[in-house]
Amino acid sequence: MLEQIKTIRHAPDEEYYVSGHRTCAGCGPALVYRLVAKAAGPNTIFLGPTGCMYVANTSYGCGPFAVPWLHTQITNAGGVASGVEAAYKAMMRKGKYTGERPHVIVMAGDGGATDIGLQALSGMLYRGHDVLFICYDNESYANTGIQTSPTTPWGAVTTFTPSGPAIPEGKRLWPKDNAQLVAHGHPELKYLATASLAFPLDLMNKVRKGLNAEGPAYLHIQAPCPKGWQFDSDKTIDMAKLAVDTGMFQLYEYENGKYTITYTPRKRKPVEEYIKLQGRFSHLKPEHIEKIQQFVDAKLKAIEVEVTAVSEAAPTD
Amino acid sequence: MAKRVSLSGNEAAAFAMKQIDPDVVAAYPITPSTEIPQYFSQFVANGEVNSEFVAVESEHSAMSACIGASAAGARTMTATSSQGLALMWEMLYIAASMRLPIVMTVANRALSGPINIHNDHSDSMGARDSGWIQLYSESAQEAYDNIIQAIRIAEDPRVSLPVMVCMDGFITSHALETLEVLEDEEVKKFIGEYNPDDFLLNADHPIAMGPLDLQSYYFEHKRQEQDAMDNAKQVILEIAEEYEKLTGRKYSHFEKYALDDADIAVVVLNSTAGTAKVVVDDLRSQGIKAGLLKPRTFRPIPGKEIFDALKNVKAVAVMDKADSFGAYGPLFTDIRNIMFDNKDIKIVNYIYGLGGRDVGTKDIEMVYNDLMDIVKTGKVYEVKKYLGVREKGGEEVWQL
Ligand SMILES: Cc1ncc(C[n+]2csc(CCOP(=O)(O)OP(=O)(O)O)c2C)c(N)n1
Ligand code: SF4
Ligand SMILES: [Mg+2]
Repeated sequence: MLEQIKTIRHAPDEEYYVSGHRTCAGCGPALVYRLVAKAAGPNTIFLGPTGCMYVANTSYGCGPFAVPWLHTQITNAGGVASGVEAAYKAMMRKGKYTGERPHVIVMAGDGGATDIGLQALSGMLYRGHDVLFICYDNESYANTGIQTSPTTPWGAVTTFTPSGPAIPEGKRLWPKDNAQLVAHGHPELKYLATASLAFPLDLMNKVRKGLNAEGPAYLHIQAPCPKGWQFDSDKTIDMAKLAVDTGMFQLYEYENGKYTITYTPRKRKPVEEYIKLQGRFSHLKPEHIEKIQQFVDAKLKAIEVEVTAVSEAAPTD
Repeated sequence: MAKRVSLSGNEAAAFAMKQIDPDVVAAYPITPSTEIPQYFSQFVANGEVNSEFVAVESEHSAMSACIGASAAGARTMTATSSQGLALMWEMLYIAASMRLPIVMTVANRALSGPINIHNDHSDSMGARDSGWIQLYSESAQEAYDNIIQAIRIAEDPRVSLPVMVCMDGFITSHALETLEVLEDEEVKKFIGEYNPDDFLLNADHPIAMGPLDLQSYYFEHKRQEQDAMDNAKQVILEIAEEYEKLTGRKYSHFEKYALDDADIAVVVLNSTAGTAKVVVDDLRSQGIKAGLLKPRTFRPIPGKEIFDALKNVKAVAVMDKADSFGAYGPLFTDIRNIMFDNKDIKIVNYIYGLGGRDVGTKDIEMVYNDLMDIVKTGKVYEVKKYLGVREKGGEEVWQL
């Protein structure tokens, strides 16, 4: 059992995601990886589908992992993870593996978790494999040059959803809510949570809860990407914090059929404060921003986050 | 002590898997291979094996789970056919390049479209270049024997490659046959324990498997796959010899049937070889020097050995149960390539039996007759021909 970490000062010093990668300066997913590895500790096997956290992390003979790691395709992390888990089960039963039950963690991008790899993820959760599947959500197909993914926000410009005279707003679809999709159709799922880079203690403790659960767990972690979202590389944590403070991203847990909101901003900020800092939204007109605000208000209402709506009166601190 | 049993090809494959008792089997249903995991899951339910059976949500995940399991250090097996193998395609190359000794039975079936559940070899021929060793089986007996030997071949450190054991869908997979099987203990002893050097669950030696591999190393790694294939040629023969000592059944890279003094010969895979043998016997009784070469190892292709086996034959027909549209059949392409330096030999290609179109002794007699004409006239009018198909503008009419 991995204990809950009391304060950030109690977090272990040991690192298992170390130097040796080539991610962009300020890369949110890389920072997430570091926290996940720290929380999980040495008895861990990482599975990495193709995406930035594969391509920018490894090259033959050099990589940042101090624990065993296996590449999967962008399509199939859930399938490969199922096999790793089945292997240690059989090998433990047969006495061929005498070590501790290892933590199997998938670190998939939003493409690998919510789009092309969704089938394999769903199969893995449905079958009850004891795996922690983490989606580090940088809200695009980043590695191939920032194309739209199901979690790219409405109105964001990507290289597949450019803005132009015929389509001034850029992306015209509302994002897929993978955590919701996962939560309600997989009876074997033991633990689900969302987490943010701006709340590292909460993030690490959710990783530990997911690993302690005997069965599949899913974590959806928002991970700002300076390159794709077009903000300065020293603003990654600020961006993650603003996403939560504006309600663009919500933090909760889902366990035993119950939701717990794990963080509620004292005063919710208008989405504009988040949007205006990112180049991917720079083309948006006030009416577009208002549309996003309404979407966020409605969404928070649906998950019963009791915070003041900000559309009409916009309190800021 | 070997015993005689009556089993279909699928039952024989499942029985071999039961005796092997792999750590992990991950599979998805598809005709005509479905029965293999079906029987296997019953062995699991009965407690007759100690394996983890993962009923995955697709063949893509079946091969993915096999890769995960094998990378973790487990002995891993699966089975599939046709669309299932096609869906695995992305993962087949990964399994081979990660050098994972997965053993898979393929009950060969035509690829869609149009959809057809019957036998031809378009599925496994599509996986020809994936880096998997391919063994072909004429009968349920051969499928059983090949599967057991495949474990040893795949896991041999000189090889470390996945192996595909192919048999004809329905014709072999579903037909009952009397065959000889080994005792469980004999199989256990023959295959031994699987003890890989590097695997994920080896905490004492953490490894990273499958990192990005660009211009500096990729080519060398691919070259090593070729070396492993080259090594496999020798390993396959060594293991066959050991297996013969145990069972009395002789295996090599191919079977020669009345070939040594033959003037004309057919090269054909799997169950059709059985039909061709009947024709050879008949022709031989008429004093015609007909022979047959039935490849067992198709990847790696035993080029030198095939060259020697066919060198005195005057005309050869290579029969392909798969087509490469706009080119020649895959087996023909290899055989003619191997024989290139022998200018005296005439080689023709017959595409036959696509989608399970029946090929009988009459059809194969026609092929040998054509070869006799070629020997007589010294002329080849058509290199690629189709056997048993209604041709546009031909004499046979389209009727249902
Ligand atoms: C089957 C397949 N299709 C497309 C690709 C190309 N590809 C490589 S990485 C990638 C983007 C992955 O996006 P995501 O999962 O969100 O991870 P990120 O790069 O954003 O970290 C794509 C599309 C691939 N590797 N495999
Ligand atoms: S593109 Fe984004 S996710 Fe990819 S390495 Fe750069 S910052 Fe990280
Ligand atoms: Mg992404």
